[in-house]
Amino acid sequence: MAASDPAAIHAALRSHFGDAVGDLAGTRPDNTGTTVAPSAIVDVCRFLKTETGLAFDCLSNLSGVDYPKRNVIEVVYHLYSYRYRHLFVLKVDVPRDNPAVPSVAGVWHAAEWQEREVFDLLGVTFEGHPDLRRILMPEDWPGHPLRKDFVEPEEYHGISTSRESLLKT
Amino acid sequence: MSLTGFEVEIQREVDGGLSTEDMTLSMGPQHPSTHGVLRFVVRADGEVMKEAIPDIGYLHRSIEKIAEKVGWHGFMPYTDRVDYVAAMFCNQGWAMAGERLAGIEVPKRSEYCRVIAAEFNRIQSHLLSVGSMAMDIGAYTPFTHALREREYINDLIEELCGARLTFNYMRIGGVAWDIPPGWREKALAYVERFEPLIDEYNALIFAYVERFEPLIDEYNALISFNKIYTERLANVAVITAQEAIDYNLVGPNLRGSGVHYDVRRDEPYSVYPELDFEVPVGTGEMGMVGDCFDRYMVRMREMKESCKILRQCLQRLPGGPVVAKVARNFKPPAGDCYVRVESARGDMGWYVVSDGTAFPHRCKIRTGSFAAMSIIQKVSRNLMIADLIAVIASFDLVAPEIDR
Amino acid sequence: MSLINTAPEMALTTKIDDFLNWTRKSSVWYMMFGLACCAIEMMQTGGPRSDLDRFGAAPRATPRVSDLIIVSGTLTLKMALRTKVLYDQMPDPKYVISMGSCANCGGLFQLAYSVCDGVDKVIPVDVYVPGCPPRPEALTEGLVKLQEKIQQERWLVRKPAVAANA
Repeated sequence: MAASDPAAIHAALRSHFGDAVGDLAGTRPDNTGTTVAPSAIVDVCRFLKTETGLAFDCLSNLSGVDYPKRNVIEVVYHLYSYRYRHLFVLKVDVPRDNPAVPSVAGVWHAAEWQEREVFDLLGVTFEGHPDLRRILMPEDWPGHPLRKDFVEPEEYHGISTSRESLLKT
Repeated sequence: MSLTGFEVEIQREVDGGLSTEDMTLSMGPQHPSTHGVLRFVVRADGEVMKEAIPDIGYLHRSIEKIAEKVGWHGFMPYTDRVDYVAAMFCNQGWAMAGERLAGIEVPKRSEYCRVIAAEFNRIQSHLLSVGSMAMDIGAYTPFTHALREREYINDLIEELCGARLTFNYMRIGGVAWDIPPGWREKALAYVERFEPLIDEYNALIFAYVERFEPLIDEYNALISFNKIYTERLANVAVITAQEAIDYNLVGPNLRGSGVHYDVRRDEPYSVYPELDFEVPVGTGEMGMVGDCFDRYMVRMREMKESCKILRQCLQRLPGGPVVAKVARNFKPPAGDCYVRVESARGDMGWYVVSDGTAFPHRCKIRTGSFAAMSIIQKVSRNLMIADLIAVIASFDLVAPEIDR
Repeated sequence: MSLINTAPEMALTTKIDDFLNWTRKSSVWYMMFGLACCAIEMMQTGGPRSDLDRFGAAPRATPRVSDLIIVSGTLTLKMALRTKVLYDQMPDPKYVISMGSCANCGGLFQLAYSVCDGVDKVIPVDVYVPGCPPRPEALTEGLVKLQEKIQQERWLVRKPAVAANA
């Protein structure tokens, strides 16, 4: 069971999905991967999971990163194969104004809660998710906290969110 | 029922002429188990649950956002709070992320110090886990035994780094303080003292089995709803290897389902390649592979393996500096990294993005308890409410890992 | 007709008050409200080495039978609403120990968006125990201070007149 090197994985993706898959990028084994167009992400994930020789049976991490300078929110997928012990990174860029990505919860169950967290904290809508609602913040919380332009509310249900300093200067 | 409300609702269903009632109860966020503020909305038909829907976020302290505010060095105390029961691993994850991004070489002695501190912490965490599991099942005494042993390790670690719980011991580039004189001998003496106690602990639990086994037939009718410790854990919440991988379970939860995987052995980091240790895996000795008992036994065996590792490290400790030279105004080059450390609760993933400034751009911590919480909804169908407690305890959940 | 706070301050009545307070302070049953890291130290304080039970303080799971709530750990805004509910469920006379920096003032999580900066924003606190987390000795001292406070209370004897502030 040889681990495929990232170039081989990328070549397999390119041959199957063509332009929906970007170039191979990365400096170390833990950050090597490629960008994927949002519309193709579910098919790419399913391909990576089911293809013999790739067998990415584990979605190790799904996170969202806010890049206000590039005006995108990037959803990063770290895929890992327990069989072949290789890691691959997929990145999907979506516009900040209306971020929407098809959900991969049908491919790995681990994605269900991870996607809910990205929705809660960054506001990315995952189309096709079975139960997309807030997970960490209260249901009636305004805004998405991990965005770079998030402003903390003054109070929540009558409890003020700031505290006077105890040091009398 | 609104999942955020805390009223009890009773829904009447008419089932073939007999009206039955389904209760919707809220278990938590304050409850007597020691796993932190978790909440389950339990739909139960009497004692048997239809479903237990987890509701989290009661300890969401926005640690990931704080990383962007306090900078690389300043974030180290916050990493302790990500999983306060096994804080050394979180320290190590963050330190390794900074080192990997900036390409810093860590001195050998500090790697050994890290592994020693981490393995002591692993023993502490597993002690708390099995102790509180015993308490949740109903055996209160093993919990006090576990607390007693934790106090001895607390003393050792306090001598090493000054703190009992939230250590802040590691730095980007090494560790904060060197091992004090005389500490090695004390630590070795403790490991020698502790290792046979694990067997004694096991015997406390297995004594029930030895006593009951010949009487099983006689007591079958009597004990069918009156389960003892091993009976309460065997065949409860069986999770197959494939399900475990699909839901991204890690650590003892994954190994309890029969998957031979440990980050220390399979994606080695630090000085683990030089150490000799086994990776215990669940074998279904009391019931099916992947039940609560398997996960519990994996933890007990891991404590023994930690003792082995500790002995090797304490004997081989090399000389040298304990921290590499890292700038106070640490600015790693732009890029991202994904570091995985084998914490007591499993493989903890740190996805850190740097934009070249003194503050990280994004820090995402992917923890084992988050995934374990998500599988509970599936696993809780047709279990009894008391079994739900055993399941939560067997997954070794801690609320800060789930909510961060 | 209630006898509370009606008697004059005499040797007999103050001794009765002392006796009542002594019985109450020697069995302060606390509700385990362990939220975060301080909860582990609270458990260690109730553990074998530094034993809270020798003061008569037994941990209880439900607020209905407890005198004391030890708020140990960070209080998030989501949890703060439930804390008020739990405090209201406790029968009088009840006390609150705020354990740790997070419960006192938000601690190192004052930078967070989801944290309630201090439990005294929702419930009144009697004793603040500083530390992150406080050592078992510190929590024990907090409990002893609470016991001293309980000892000063007046049940039978009239409360002293409050001096008007200038």
